[in-house]
Amino acid sequence: MSFLITGLLAFGFYLILTAGSGTILGGWSAAELIAGAVTALIVAAASSRLLGQRCGAGALNPLRWVLAFIYVIGPLFWGMAKANLDVARRVITGEIRPGIVKVKAGLAEDLGVTMLANSITLTPGTLTVDIDDESHDLYIHWIDVKTDSPSIEDISGGFSGWIRRITE
Amino acid sequence: MSPLEILIYILGAVGLFFNTLGTVALFRFPDVYTRLHGATKCTTFGSIFLTLAVILYGLTSWQSGGESRYGILALHAAVALVALLVTNPTGAHAIARAAHRSGVGPKFAVVDALADEKGRRK
Amino acid sequence: MELQGALTLAGLVVVILSVLSVLRCLLGPTVPDRVVGLDTLNTLVVAAMVVFGAALDEIILVDVAIVYALLSFIGTLYIAKFTERGLS
Repeated sequence: MSFLITGLLAFGFYLILTAGSGTILGGWSAAELIAGAVTALIVAAASSRLLGQRCGAGALNPLRWVLAFIYVIGPLFWGMAKANLDVARRVITGEIRPGIVKVKAGLAEDLGVTMLANSITLTPGTLTVDIDDESHDLYIHWIDVKTDSPSIEDISGGFSGWIRRITE
Repeated sequence: MSPLEILIYILGAVGLFFNTLGTVALFRFPDVYTRLHGATKCTTFGSIFLTLAVILYGLTSWQSGGESRYGILALHAAVALVALLVTNPTGAHAIARAAHRSGVGPKFAVVDALADEKGRRK
Repeated sequence: MELQGALTLAGLVVVILSVLSVLRCLLGPTVPDRVVGLDTLNTLVVAAMVVFGAALDEIILVDVAIVYALLSFIGTLYIAKFTERGLS
């Protein structure tokens, strides 16, 4: 299963990079299609074991991809815009009150925790420093500490709800 | 000048503004973690806007001139955008973790839960 | 073309910014500080490559930018791992 997912992703990526090279199926030459398929097979054979532990069969569910896309262009982008204006203000004024706080993620799967950690890094004044492997607690550097023991909503807004919907 | 061209100029200007702030943050903030905030967030955001300007430039040139290589330019710029968006926060996280584990603590921190946790385990 | 001139100018500004981030690499004071400078340099170089690719009409520069972004990410990860517990 992971062989198939890795191969399809590699082939898709190759197709995107070589679009416009010919006329088959609207934009590819036969040589590029064959080269892409061979490359994807080699990549899948070499790296499917690495990715296999991380993604199950659910990674191919198209509904999840649609949800993830909506999440990226909607809430995540808006959160990033707010984060950047906030950090920009702090760069100019120099007002900071940094500290590292511990937060319960409340997510079970590795993929979800990874996405949440990345989203937190891109949102207002927060940066994931470390993840506890067993309890999935996140240690977060906060540029403007308001409370010593915040909940996940204080840190990431509604992101954890979105990620739960995408990954579980 | 068409409205789309004005939009390209605005996107480019916003991108340059945030990239400049990100670089200024490298010199203005006191320690590794706060510098990471400025550097990763502002430069990622600024680069996203610069890349969006390039995508829009490619699409408008494609529409008006009809040469397909401008479309390819826009598509490849979009792939570069996704690559930046996925890799930058992960890299920042790796640097932050490495800094904390190699013993470079945050300066001027009001609370450091991670150091407390490590102290308890020892 | 006028728009391409503006894009070239934007690319030049990004190059100047990336030189400034090299200064952070040189100043330090700790190893992670230098890595932060390097990471910023990488992001800025990718942005500059994409902008120059449009400004100079060289699509190959954008392809190089994609590969550079992915490889520099792996470089950053390795340096981070190295500062964490040494070469092993």
